[in-house]
Amino acid sequence: MKVTIDDISIDVPPGTTILEAARMIGENVPPTMCYYSKLEGSGGKCRSCLVKVTKGSEKDPRPMPKLVASCRTNVMDGMEVKNTTSPEVLQARKSVTEFLLINHPIDCPVCDQAGECDLQDLSYEHGLSKSRYDFKKRIFDLIDIGENIQMHMTRCIMCYRCVMVADQLTPERVHGVLNRGEASEISTYIQKAIDNEFSGNMIDVCPVGALTDKTFRFKSRVWFTKPVYAHRDCKTCSGKVTLWYQGAEVLRVTGRKNKWHEVEEFICNDCRFHKKNTEDWVIESAATISRHSVISQNLNVYEKPVIHKKLQEKPKSE
Amino acid sequence: MGVQLLLEHLNKPEINTIDGYIKQGGYRTLDKVLGKMTPDEVTEEVKTAGLRGRGGAGFPTGMKWSFLDKSTDKPRYLLCNADESEPGTFKDRLLMEKIPHLLIEGMIVSSYALGCRTSYIYIRGEYMFILRILEKAIKEAYAKGFLGENIKGSGYSLDLYVHPGAGAYICGEETALIESLEGKRGNPRIKPPFPAVSGLWGCPTIVNNVESIAAVVPILNMGGSEYAKIGIGRSTGTKLISASGNINKPGVYEIELGLPVEEFIYSDEYCGGIKGGLDIKACVPGGSSVPILPKSLLFKESNGNPRLMSYESLSEGGFETGSMLGSGGFIVYDEKQCIVKNTWTFARFYHHESCGQCSPCREGTIWLDKVLYNIEHGLGKESDIDLLWDIQHGIEGNTICPLGDAAAWPVAAAIRHFRHEFEYHVKYPHRVKDDDHVYQPEMNYTTA
Ligand SMILES: Cc1cc2nc3c(=O)[nH]c(=O)nc-3n(C[C@H](O)[C@H](O)[C@H](O)COP(=O)(O)O)c2cc1C
Ligand code: SF4
Ligand code: FES
Repeated sequence: MKVTIDDISIDVPPGTTILEAARMIGENVPPTMCYYSKLEGSGGKCRSCLVKVTKGSEKDPRPMPKLVASCRTNVMDGMEVKNTTSPEVLQARKSVTEFLLINHPIDCPVCDQAGECDLQDLSYEHGLSKSRYDFKKRIFDLIDIGENIQMHMTRCIMCYRCVMVADQLTPERVHGVLNRGEASEISTYIQKAIDNEFSGNMIDVCPVGALTDKTFRFKSRVWFTKPVYAHRDCKTCSGKVTLWYQGAEVLRVTGRKNKWHEVEEFICNDCRFHKKNTEDWVIESAATISRHSVISQNLNVYEKPVIHKKLQEKPKSE
Repeated sequence: MGVQLLLEHLNKPEINTIDGYIKQGGYRTLDKVLGKMTPDEVTEEVKTAGLRGRGGAGFPTGMKWSFLDKSTDKPRYLLCNADESEPGTFKDRLLMEKIPHLLIEGMIVSSYALGCRTSYIYIRGEYMFILRILEKAIKEAYAKGFLGENIKGSGYSLDLYVHPGAGAYICGEETALIESLEGKRGNPRIKPPFPAVSGLWGCPTIVNNVESIAAVVPILNMGGSEYAKIGIGRSTGTKLISASGNINKPGVYEIELGLPVEEFIYSDEYCGGIKGGLDIKACVPGGSSVPILPKSLLFKESNGNPRLMSYESLSEGGFETGSMLGSGGFIVYDEKQCIVKNTWTFARFYHHESCGQCSPCREGTIWLDKVLYNIEHGLGKESDIDLLWDIQHGIEGNTICPLGDAAAWPVAAAIRHFRHEFEYHVKYPHRVKDDDHVYQPEMNYTTA
């Protein structure tokens, strides 16, 4: 099937979403705050990936009346899509970014996610420099969900990814969404601890700093650590991880993330939280961090950030 | 009164019992339809009748039925949407409370048309007493053999259940309703797939409003083409309107579609004019989600023709000068009502009812609520009006389900038609702090 996104065409198999097609093209990829290709049923919620379909398909060329979530819309043969070439899309994305930020604490200086946070990236590209929200921000009480994972509901953007991890990776789900509307929150069943072999993956899928690693808490900024691929013989998971070093010390273990900030394989809690010595691991190589992340400014082995051509041309005023 | 198809027997004795209902000719359609007509013939009648969904969107019912995926062997479901939670709408309640058997009869013949073995009525939890009325009526219908195995020897079998919600407006959205019925959190699903292909437990499902299903009964009794003669143009048949606000006779009225709005408001047969002889300021013709219309646009369309109570006429002019028939929640405001306050009230409702799944609605509705609160309470700034516009614009069309639009439209329409009232609020905050004070056009505000 042929699809054209921002005037670039590509052939994709049926069932491909607009977003996946854009990722195959590799340029002008819509930002994703909730979609996660490895989690079934994810996406559609944050609305940051909205695009405009100017031509439905070869058979039915009518444009779609509303912007659509590219992560949940399949391509049709002959479809034409506008992402960064549509002012309407950029406007909507700006609104979505503003909505996601009005109640976010923006406490990046004390947040362990800073430097690898999707919300930071999004607001850098699409946000306003000043908040128009004059009200007290929403605050949630801290709840304790166990010894390894730190939860900060106040930072959450309700992407539902961690709930899907629980549903799809672990035998028994003990957390989910409570309440409704802007009061909804991720919580556990009567504040039960989340304790199962794969719960740590919630940290990796969280796009913001709502779920962070307690064993890494406040140890370092991520951009001062050096990521290294390593593996070990693990009975529970693939054992393929990224180790984050500061000097000779392993400060953190995470799954290996690809270009789109998604883990390649989920890892178990034992590898993540309890194997913090170099002796536990077989070192492979320096990790490539190909996202336009602050981490990549550290060493020139990393790919340079991709800045959308069309966005650069945007007038500076606003 | 004009033609009465649904409420004709409202005041007949014991109409709430099965015997009282049968005495008025109830359950006739069962003999006419079950085993005598093919399911497709029933759907055809409904198509011919031109019936359009009475739940808000006005989608042609027969057409919706024909989208039901018949290519699988999965069970099919008909779900009756009795979640009626839109502020201003209370018509389904009357129908179910007073003439429960009309809905049950409608459910039987509609389920037959769709080939359902099991059907559900999903009712809002606040209507618990009506749930009991319906359950009693269903029991009566089972006792008479109108429900259950082999109905009246026709070979057709149907089980009907009533299921209460737990108090959420969003569960009236059809896919949230399905999630809720499945026992999950009432979050709307992302479409496609549409329920007609994959709905309840992944099976083909049709969701229809109470009134739409009830209307199938008179359609089958009189024939689709006779029904289509009632009404005007593509707005066929009768519609229940729940009228409220500053009128002399609030209540539920069955009107023939095409009745002039002016007649509906001022005729003694219907609303009976504005209370206290005051002038009318505005009207929300189709429930809280639809745009408010100022007096100047209420009685006449933009082309000068009289505005009628019909799908087409009420939406004439798009959102610039029109509104929508919606669910028929007709709210009238006299000259003493404050539009800003009303807009804030609606915004508060949507803030409270958003499911919180998608960011524009979750965050946008709380923001609208807060900014409107400020303006209404004399704490607003001039820039707030444009901010409101930006917020609603950021929500509209960018959400998973239409609740986002429903939250945005009333704000947009209020600013579009009553911007001066918003300006008055931010310019003279000390005046609006006084609870009774409402913007009056003839006053000279320059000497505050
Ligand atoms: C937020 C929201 C609330 C809704 N609430 C109701 C409701 O209470 N009753 C209803 O019949 N339809 C409601 N609807 C419309 C339904 O989604 C659906 O369109 C309708 O039940 C279809 O029935 P109809 O075709 O017979 O009108 C609601 C829609 C939305 C988006
Ligand atoms: S628009 Fe509002 S109610 Fe609808 S899915 Fe999104 S958050 Fe939920
Ligand atoms: S990534 Fe598509 S809606 Fe969130």
